[in-house]
Amino acid sequence: MSARNVTTVMLCGVGGQGTILAADLLAKVAAGSGLDVKLSEVHGMSQRGGSVDTIVRFGDRVFSPVTDPGMVDHLVAFEIIEAMRNVHYVRPGGRLMVNPSSIRPLPVLTGELPPPHGLQAILAEENAVFIDADELACEAGSPKSANVVLMGALSIGLDFEEAVWHDVISRRVPPKTVEANLRAFALGREACQRGECAL
Amino acid sequence: MSRILLSGNEAVAHGAWQAGAAVGVGYPGTPSTETLKHFAALDGVYAEWAPNEKVALEVAAGVSFAGARSLVTMKHVGLNVASDPLFTLAYTGVRGGLVILVADDPGMHSSQNEQDSRNYAAFARVPVLEPSDSSEALAFTTEAFELSERFDIPVIVRSTVRVSHAKSLVEPGERVTAPATGEYATDPAKWVMMPGMAKRRRIDLDRRIAELTEFAETSPLNVVEYRDTSIGIVCSGVCYQHVREAMPEASVLKLGIGFPMAPSLLSEFASRVDVLHVVEEADAYLARSLRQLGLVVTDLPLLPAGELSPGAIRTAFGLPEPTLREAEEAMPPRPPLMCPGCPHRPVFDTLRRKRAVVTGDIGCYTLGALKPLAAMDSCVDMGASIGMAHGAELIGGFGKRPVVAVIGDSTFAHSGVTGLMNTVYNGGAGTVLILDNRITAMTGHQGNPINGITLQKRDSHEVDLEGLVRALGVPRVRVVDPQDFEATRSALEEEIDAEELSVVIYKAPCALLIKEKQDPYAVIEEACTKCGVCIKLGCPAIGKDEMTSRAYVDTSVCVGCGQCVQVCKYDAFERTGPSCDFKGADRR
Repeated sequence: MSARNVTTVMLCGVGGQGTILAADLLAKVAAGSGLDVKLSEVHGMSQRGGSVDTIVRFGDRVFSPVTDPGMVDHLVAFEIIEAMRNVHYVRPGGRLMVNPSSIRPLPVLTGELPPPHGLQAILAEENAVFIDADELACEAGSPKSANVVLMGALSIGLDFEEAVWHDVISRRVPPKTVEANLRAFALGREACQRGECAL
Repeated sequence: MSRILLSGNEAVAHGAWQAGAAVGVGYPGTPSTETLKHFAALDGVYAEWAPNEKVALEVAAGVSFAGARSLVTMKHVGLNVASDPLFTLAYTGVRGGLVILVADDPGMHSSQNEQDSRNYAAFARVPVLEPSDSSEALAFTTEAFELSERFDIPVIVRSTVRVSHAKSLVEPGERVTAPATGEYATDPAKWVMMPGMAKRRRIDLDRRIAELTEFAETSPLNVVEYRDTSIGIVCSGVCYQHVREAMPEASVLKLGIGFPMAPSLLSEFASRVDVLHVVEEADAYLARSLRQLGLVVTDLPLLPAGELSPGAIRTAFGLPEPTLREAEEAMPPRPPLMCPGCPHRPVFDTLRRKRAVVTGDIGCYTLGALKPLAAMDSCVDMGASIGMAHGAELIGGFGKRPVVAVIGDSTFAHSGVTGLMNTVYNGGAGTVLILDNRITAMTGHQGNPINGITLQKRDSHEVDLEGLVRALGVPRVRVVDPQDFEATRSALEEEIDAEELSVVIYKAPCALLIKEKQDPYAVIEEACTKCGVCIKLGCPAIGKDEMTSRAYVDTSVCVGCGQCVQVCKYDAFERTGPSCDFKGADRR
């Protein structure tokens, strides 16, 4: 927890990966646990395959809905290039959780720019924990539940009851996918416990 | 009702509903769009999309004159379009409350310019309220309806992207019945703004603003918080939240009413603090207003452009910032792009090959300006493309390169139709392409008159676009399927060569409207000659292998539209089975 008992979580990824739904789950869990919450998202152009950053802040009383470099307690990256782009937001001693999959930006697809290499090694030096969310989502039965896998991993480092998470997920995801998403959440938690990802 | 998480947009909609607003009308524009969508889904209201913001405000004016409360929604650039009726509605005033949500976009997350709509409020002499989070967005909106009727004037609720698109806790209430406005009586001195009557209403407007100024002096919408008085900060909207975060000990005057200002309140605050600062985004509206009141405002080293954050404010006050890790080498940017299967892609690929000078417009197809298509030369405002092309043609164009105007269906309905009428009327030539993808796509799939889908799914009429264009007097009109490259190319070539004005309607549904995906394509490695033609389509499913330079298809992204098949001379693409890869995940 940073100043004035407020926790700042940043979720970053690519349009279409479900970062906004994941942020909504987290915000609802915080609200459901009796805390003040603010969530800031930017959509518009980002819906067309651009970078998406979502900030969720919760605590006794939250003022600003945004944050600054060096101020984020938990950064959850849904894609490795986006992890690299935003790693400077993590505060000293903060957590960095990364889905190691990569979605290539258009300038890389067209050969205009080289694909960045060695990101995993650089991020590992920043104490990143890697959660193979895509693989775990498939294991859970829905490739689209990678966002919930990451929320499962994140949940290990937050002080919310598991039952509140289950309740929010069950209400928020499409009815047909509730079971797969609850499995995805559990797999994310397990992966985190295995990998000692709660600092 | 308990506390729920709502975005600022949803909260404005809910506030209007609680205030008993009967009608909502607007034009989609990020970051305002969800407001009307949310309002339309609430019980007991009527809501509609208008073809543009001017029409939307005029519809609301009719609702108001007839005695009911109405909400109008738009983004900042839309207020430019609606400014004509706005200025006069300040004179006429209202009958039923009239509230205009204007969502500004500091930082230009999805806009062509950055403008501060509070300037319009002051310019038109219309009060403006500035909520700082969702809870205030709801409360200020209901209050705006009260003020509108009490002071006989339209009221602007000005939001910014971090209010509109931020969620925070709100305690919604019940809907009230709007107060009765009494029987309508004919009153040209109030409602007909020809010069003789307008002169009197101008004097009356000044009286109403004077009353509002008095109201602002003591209104609880303006809040003074005295803490340490060595620093006093005047701010409004989301900037208040940033200030509280960054400077928890400073004294703050939070202006809920951005116009008219409250001179006595501000002077009192200024006199009780040692140094007076203003913290605001995108423009120095507040600082200018305070200085006009004769107050001494000490400048902070804050950039006037873009968005603020608590860190930027701390830095401006000289407070220490956290030590940051050193930045790694820059990551490749992730520009927005046309979706796989987008019907606009073949048109822009063809325009690029023809080396056309393309006057563009606002919508998904503006992405045609980006590499590798790079086939749009200008983009200014909604509907500008046709007028700009006409202007260029008037002086002989751009040398040997053909001039082509490109505009979408919704934008054509918004304000392109008048530009085309002008070109016909004045005997202009040239080529206009209407990219009719059957929806307003960029803002998230709103209906418009050309596809005939209404906001609340009522029965509707679909404009016969081809018939409309013919009726305007355009001599050459044709409808072409842009997914057919050959037809797209030949139509464009013929119409560029034609001496007369021509309109090509490239009609095919937005790729996101097609729910049933076809099997993806794959590259036959032996057949690929590395010519790179398919790469130039800018399809997010097609990449160039960094080792072999051959094309490859990410089968998890490909929707099987077959555009690549049509441009490949070497038959190097073949259909393959559905992908079992993870969506978008690239493990190459």
